[in-house]
Amino acid sequence: MTTAAAPTDLLYSQAEEELRSAVRALLADRCDAKGVLDRAETGRPHDPALWHTLAARIGAAGLLVPEKLGGQGASHREAAVVLEELGRAVAPVPYLTSSVLATEILLGCDTAEAAPLLRELASGSTVCVPAVPLTLAPGAPLPAPVQDFGGGVLTGTVTSVADAVAADVLLVLADTGLYAVPATAVRLTPRIPLDLTRPLATITLEAAAGTRLADAGTARAAIAGALLSGAGLLASEQLGLAEWCLTETVGHVRGRHQFNRPVGSFQALKHRLARLWLDVASARAAARAAADALAAEAPDAPLTVAVAQAYCSGVAVRAAEECVQLHGGIGMTWEHPAHLYLKRAKADSLALGTAGHHRGLVADFAELPAP
Amino acid sequence: MTTTTADHLLARVRDLLAAHPPAGTDRTAFLRARFDAGLAWVHYPEGLGGLGAPRSLQAVVDAELEAAGAPDNDPRRIGIGLGMAAPTILAYGTDEQKRRFLRPLWVGEEVWCQLFSEPGAGSDLAALGTRAVRESGSGDWIVDGQKVWTSSAHTARWAILIARTDPGLPKHRGITYFLCDMHAPGVEVRPLRQITGEAEFNEVFLTGVRIPDSHRLGAVGEGWAVARTTLMNERVSIGGMRIPREGGMIAPVAAAWRDRPELRTHALHQRLLELWVEAEVARLTGERLRQQLVAGQPGPEGSGMKLTFARLNQEISGLEVELLAEEGLLYDDWTMRRPDGVDFTGREAGYRYLRAKGNSIEGGTSEILLNIVAERVLGLPPEPRDDKDLAWKDLSR
Ligand SMILES: Cc1cc2nc3c(=O)[nH]c(=O)nc-3n(C[C@H](O)[C@H](O)[C@H](O)COP(=O)(O)OP(=O)(O)OC[C@H]3O[C@@H](n4cnc5c(N)ncnc54)[C@H](O)[C@@H]3O)c2cc1C
Repeated sequence: MTTAAAPTDLLYSQAEEELRSAVRALLADRCDAKGVLDRAETGRPHDPALWHTLAARIGAAGLLVPEKLGGQGASHREAAVVLEELGRAVAPVPYLTSSVLATEILLGCDTAEAAPLLRELASGSTVCVPAVPLTLAPGAPLPAPVQDFGGGVLTGTVTSVADAVAADVLLVLADTGLYAVPATAVRLTPRIPLDLTRPLATITLEAAAGTRLADAGTARAAIAGALLSGAGLLASEQLGLAEWCLTETVGHVRGRHQFNRPVGSFQALKHRLARLWLDVASARAAARAAADALAAEAPDAPLTVAVAQAYCSGVAVRAAEECVQLHGGIGMTWEHPAHLYLKRAKADSLALGTAGHHRGLVADFAELPAP
Repeated sequence: MTTTTADHLLARVRDLLAAHPPAGTDRTAFLRARFDAGLAWVHYPEGLGGLGAPRSLQAVVDAELEAAGAPDNDPRRIGIGLGMAAPTILAYGTDEQKRRFLRPLWVGEEVWCQLFSEPGAGSDLAALGTRAVRESGSGDWIVDGQKVWTSSAHTARWAILIARTDPGLPKHRGITYFLCDMHAPGVEVRPLRQITGEAEFNEVFLTGVRIPDSHRLGAVGEGWAVARTTLMNERVSIGGMRIPREGGMIAPVAAAWRDRPELRTHALHQRLLELWVEAEVARLTGERLRQQLVAGQPGPEGSGMKLTFARLNQEISGLEVELLAEEGLLYDDWTMRRPDGVDFTGREAGYRYLRAKGNSIEGGTSEILLNIVAERVLGLPPEPRDDKDLAWKDLSR
């Protein structure tokens, strides 16, 4: 074991709790399950007005961006709190893709060309998503780049790009560097997603013109760093999602009567829910540790992130599966939001690396090699 | 008293070390001096080993004394006294009882045990049948009954004991709490050999044991409320240990994995990684709980830590035996021994595997703890009870 545990702050600060309240109040008001479902069925789940308020008015889009670039100059700890609330509401907003992944890529490039785009992202006026498959994981080899046939004229295909339908700009990794490509310059083929609240598309570039932001080496390092942050913060989305499932299920079994008593009085269910509560409490510690390690740029951040992803993915899926099961027939209906959570949880467990992938990373960091 | 700061405590530690240099001082003498300086458990009142300081500052004192090479009071050996008897005596004891018992308890001169469980009353502890009858002339109590699974009864000088003083009342209302002298006539301790081969715990037979009324803790018939204080502290002290990354039960398995590549298989690798991750998450959860306590916002996570550690200890130690392959077929020593306490690291994998089975039974079974979490944390309805208003003597057993 070479990595000593860095000191961590696993609690929420006063400012973080205030941010949480603001985001939660907004979502309670403007992002109810019925609305999410209705929009999801149109194939355009995003609500631009909700996004504008969250991104610009609350300032959530610019949390990771330094003040000198028009952002809030906050950290991963605050972004994690926003993601907890978004997970709790299965909110269909391009936060993870634009405000975390794309933002971190641009910050990692640290070039003059990237700065104006970062300002736009931070203000929420532009939605920018990385043109990479949602399943791309930290530590995994990056996919073959799009071809540059000279002067930033790009040709190639990228599959499973999340939130592309909401994007104004795509960040495209080409063999010659990283390019900002206007969404209007690409062909976008929406796919039918398992998770209706985070739509997927195949992006086809046919001699699309882009603006070069960084050279290929810088771009690859920036993407790798962004994937690490994204994976670490996704744990907080999974935590929020799991918490909603637990709270909702406890509420349901307390009120639902069968055999002349609340079904929540049966010990088999009490024990299942008590175990789930324990898992959620543990997921909170893991997710907070990841957010804190990223914020502090702790040397053991890659391990802490891998631990959080290896753990929280499973908890979110289990919470959503229990939520469906313990709601009985109601849980199988389209009207009840449980399915939105199950779909998001299952999709999240593939996003940015599966638990198995992250356990492989733990094996490397903790020096527990495979046979 | 003005609020005690870390600096104030550190100054006291330095004074203690100056007056009693650990190198040249007898162990017991040093520990007594530490108690008298209020540095034993700093959150206890002045005169009782503490200074009324915030509990979180204890860590500062401990670290400073450890760095100076000061002796400790072997908390593993006196865990029941520290974790259970002391907080109960502090909460319910008379001034006289606090003065008499807390110092030798903390110093480790007097070991304590817990005479709670009986053959017919474990999870349903309040159903216990050991009788305590008051002698009319002397006012002393005469106790008869049998206790079981009593850890450390063979090394203990004193016991916390609950007994029935009114069988005509419903079970929770007729219980009284006593401090029992383990050297009193009529106390017989018989080793009870356990799954590991050794005898950590015992059967204790109580025959006409005389307990003066001054050794009663709390009012007559109020013993259940007192016992709940003990039980709450028991669970907290079991789950509350601080461990470093890859500390605890995962350490020997991870070490064997690294040192002995010939043992590795793909199936075991996956399980090892899952458990390594869970152990790390459990460590973080414990750390978060401590940070909440220090910040004065205790969370309910404490109720769950014992459950987590019991499950992890069992799964990890089970994996270790499998990893060791042929060696896993062997056991280090079946000799019947009478250990001072539990020593997970001093023994081999088979012992760890077997001893960890007790983690989900001792101090409240995992099933009982899950009930508690479901009812107190999640607010789910309590288990149906038909024994609440029945007199103890009319219960089925
Ligand atoms: C190593 C060890 C050390 C111990 N040390 C001490 C000690 O020092 N002093 C002391 O007083 N006691 C001690 N004990 C006893 C311990 O507290 C009891 O064993 C424990 O409380 C369980 O009681 P029981 O053994 O009677 O099991 P039972 O209560 O008979 O339980 C049997 C099974 O039924 C389950 N069960 C019982 N009630 C319920 C319910 N309501 N819902 C669901 N499941 C239920 C239990 O979980 C268990 O699986 C020790 C035990 C061990 C293993």
